[in-house]
Amino acid sequence: MDGSMLDSTAGEEQASGVVRFITAGSVDDGKSTLIGRLLHDSRAILEDQFAAVERASQRRGQTAVDLSLLTDGLEAEREQGITIDVAYRYFATPRRKFIIADTPGHEQYTRNMVTGASTAEAAVVLIDARKGLLPQSRRHIYLASLLGMAEIIVAINKMDLIDYDEAAFRAIRREVLDFAERVHTACLSFVPISALLGDMVVERGDNLHWWTGPTLLEALEAVDVSRSLHDLPLRFPVQLVTRPDLAGLNGARGYLGRIESGVIRRGQAITVLPAGRHTHVQHIIALDGPVDEAIAGDCVTLVLADDLDISRGDLLAEDSQRPATVHELNTRLCWLANDPFEPQRSYLLRHTTRTVRGRIRAVNARVDIHSLEREPFTGPLKMNDIVHAQFSLQHPIAADSYQANRATGAFILIDEVTNQTVAAGLID
Amino acid sequence: MNLASEARVLPPIGNTRRHRSHLDWLEAEGVFILREVAGSCRNPALLFSGGKDSAVVLRLAEKAFRPAPIPFTVVHIDTGHNFPEVIAFRDRRVHELGVRLVVGAVEDSISRGTVKLRRPEDSRNAAQSVTLLETIARHEFDACIGGARRDEEKARAKERVFSFRDEFGQWDPKNQRPELWNLYNARVHTGEHVRVFPISNWTELDVWQYIGREHIPVPAMYFAHPRAVVRRNGLLVAMTDVTPMRPGEVVEQIKVRFRTVGDMTCTCPVESNADTIEAIVAETAHARITERGATRMDDLTSDASMERRKKEGYF
Repeated sequence: MDGSMLDSTAGEEQASGVVRFITAGSVDDGKSTLIGRLLHDSRAILEDQFAAVERASQRRGQTAVDLSLLTDGLEAEREQGITIDVAYRYFATPRRKFIIADTPGHEQYTRNMVTGASTAEAAVVLIDARKGLLPQSRRHIYLASLLGMAEIIVAINKMDLIDYDEAAFRAIRREVLDFAERVHTACLSFVPISALLGDMVVERGDNLHWWTGPTLLEALEAVDVSRSLHDLPLRFPVQLVTRPDLAGLNGARGYLGRIESGVIRRGQAITVLPAGRHTHVQHIIALDGPVDEAIAGDCVTLVLADDLDISRGDLLAEDSQRPATVHELNTRLCWLANDPFEPQRSYLLRHTTRTVRGRIRAVNARVDIHSLEREPFTGPLKMNDIVHAQFSLQHPIAADSYQANRATGAFILIDEVTNQTVAAGLID
Repeated sequence: MNLASEARVLPPIGNTRRHRSHLDWLEAEGVFILREVAGSCRNPALLFSGGKDSAVVLRLAEKAFRPAPIPFTVVHIDTGHNFPEVIAFRDRRVHELGVRLVVGAVEDSISRGTVKLRRPEDSRNAAQSVTLLETIARHEFDACIGGARRDEEKARAKERVFSFRDEFGQWDPKNQRPELWNLYNARVHTGEHVRVFPISNWTELDVWQYIGREHIPVPAMYFAHPRAVVRRNGLLVAMTDVTPMRPGEVVEQIKVRFRTVGDMTCTCPVESNADTIEAIVAETAHARITERGATRMDDLTSDASMERRKKEGYF
C-alpha cells in the first residue's frame, strides 16, 4: 500500500496533523456563511447535504443557495431559528485536518465561546467591514486571547459590500491593532474576505487584487500548533496505574498517561507531585512499543525505577522545573451554570486528572465583558460572568499559570449534588 | 533490565517522531479518552457492533492498555436482523481479544413486552434503544463507550465526548454539561450513565486510513463483492430473508460494498469496485454522498430522525 495515501488528510500528500479553531462572530457577521463556504469550497460538503440545503433555501423563498443553512443543527434550533450549542465541523486539505468549533453568537455567548476555545489553538474573529470594530468583536478578541489561542485571525468580511475598499480594510486593521495592544494580545493576523462570494476564503477570487497576504485557508494551514509544547517543562498527569506484566519487568507498575508538555527520556530524573518524591524513568512504552524518548502529545506507559506510592491524579515533572504545589489559587473564573454560585458551599475542582475539594474564599473583581475593565464584584455570580476569584483547596495540586501551560493551568468546577460542570477556571 | 527480552513482547518503533500525522493525533486523543474512562468510571462497557467504527474503538482500547487486557465489558445489541457475517466477525474478535461479551437481544425485549412492533416485519433499528437501556440497567454500567462520530449526522455534531444520560437513559441536547479542555466530567448518580465517544473527531476517511495503517480486521462485506439487490427509492436493497423482493421489482446481480453494517432491514450497499483498503480510502476521499445518505433508510424519514432516536437513548 502507498503509505502516503493512508497518512494524508485528503489522500494526496503528507499531512501535518490537526488544527482546531473556533469561529467567533455575531449573528449578522456572516459566520454561518463563512463556515458553509469553507466546507463547500474545501469539498467537505457532499451532494446529499448540498441538495438538502438547496431544498431548504427554496422553502424559505431564497433564490440563491444559502450556505449558512449547512451548519443548521438541531430540530429545536431550526424551530427557534437560533443555535444553541457548540457544534463541531470537519474538513481537510492535503496539508492538514481541521476541526471547527462553531459557537453561536447570541446570549450565553461567553459560556459557549470559552467552551469552544478551550480545545482550540486558533480563533477566526469575524468583523463586518461596514461596521468596523464593535464592542462584540473586542469581546471575541479578548476571550480568544484569555483562552490562550496561538493565533487570532481577524477576517474582515463583507468586503463586497464596501467595493473591496483597501483603505477601509486598513483602517479597521489599525483599530484592531490598537485595541489588541491594550489587552496584550499577540499573534494577530488579518484577511479581507467575502464569505458570500468566496473571495480570499479558499480561493483568492477576482476582486481583491491589492491583497498579497494569504487566503483565510492558507492562514489556517500556517497556524503553528505545537509552537512551544515540546519546549515547555515536562508535565505528565497520571491517568491510571496498571501492572503491564512485561517480560523482564518483574511485575513493576506502569503509569499510564499523556505527556501534556515537554519531553521525557529514559533515565531522566523526575519528581512525583504533590508528594515531592524523586525517582527516574526506567522504561517508556509508547502505543507501538518501547521508545527511548517521547514528546508532548504522546500517550505512554512509564515504568519508574522506584516502587513509590503513585496514583491517578499525581503529576510527574522534571526535578529542575517543577510546578508550584499549592493550597491556594488566584484564578479567573467563568461561571457556566444556570444555578448561581453559592458562597457557603464547597465544589469539586478538577485539575488535570486530579479532583480536590475547593472553596471560593473571595471574589475580588468582575470583568465587565463590554468595557473589558475590572469592576467591583457585588454578586451574585451568574452564568457568563468572568470574575477574579481566590480559592482554598482541601488538598494541594501541582499547578502552573494558564498562560505558562494550558494543561496544568486550567480547571473545572463540579457541583457534586447535581454533578453539573458549573465553572471553568484559569489559574493566574 | 534487558531491553532485548522486552522487544520480543512489544516491537520497538525506532525513536522519537517529531512529526505527528493527523492519524497519530486522533489515535492519541482516543487512547487518552479510553484511559479516562478506565480511570474514572466504576463499570464501563464498550459497545461493539462489528462495524468499522467499533472495530477502530476496539483497536484503540487494545493499544491503550496492552499488554494488560481491555478493562471493559464488550456489549453487543443484537436486533436479530444482523448480517450473519457480522455476528461471526464479532465472535471471532471477542475470542481473539479474550474480552467478556454481553449480548442484549431485541428478541428478548419483544418477549418481555418492552418492545412492541406495529408489524412483525418492522425495522428493529429503533427498538435497539430499549434493549440497550435494559442491558445497561441490568449490568449497572455507568459508562458506555461507542463509535459514533460527529461528522456522521448533524444531531451528532453537537455531541459531547462524555455525554450524560439521565435515569431514563435520555439525551437532552439543551441541557448538556459544558465540556472544556480535556477535563471530562464522568460523574453520575446511581442509575444514570455517560456515553463516551472516543472517535468523535474522526471522519469516515480517517477511519479507513487508520484501518489500513493498523491492519484492523473488518467484516468482508465492507469490500466490493457481487450481491443480489433491487433498486428501491434511489437506494440499493440487498435481498435477505427480512428484506424480500416486492412486486414489480427486478433482482440484479451487482458489485457492491457496504459503507455501514447496521440492521439488515435498513442498511443498504453502494455500487463499488473497491475491494481493497487502498481502493476504499480512494473511494471515500472522492465520495460525493455522505455515508448515511447513501446507505440508511432510517435517516431519510425526517431531517431530525437521528436527533429523535438519540433523545430516546439510541447510540
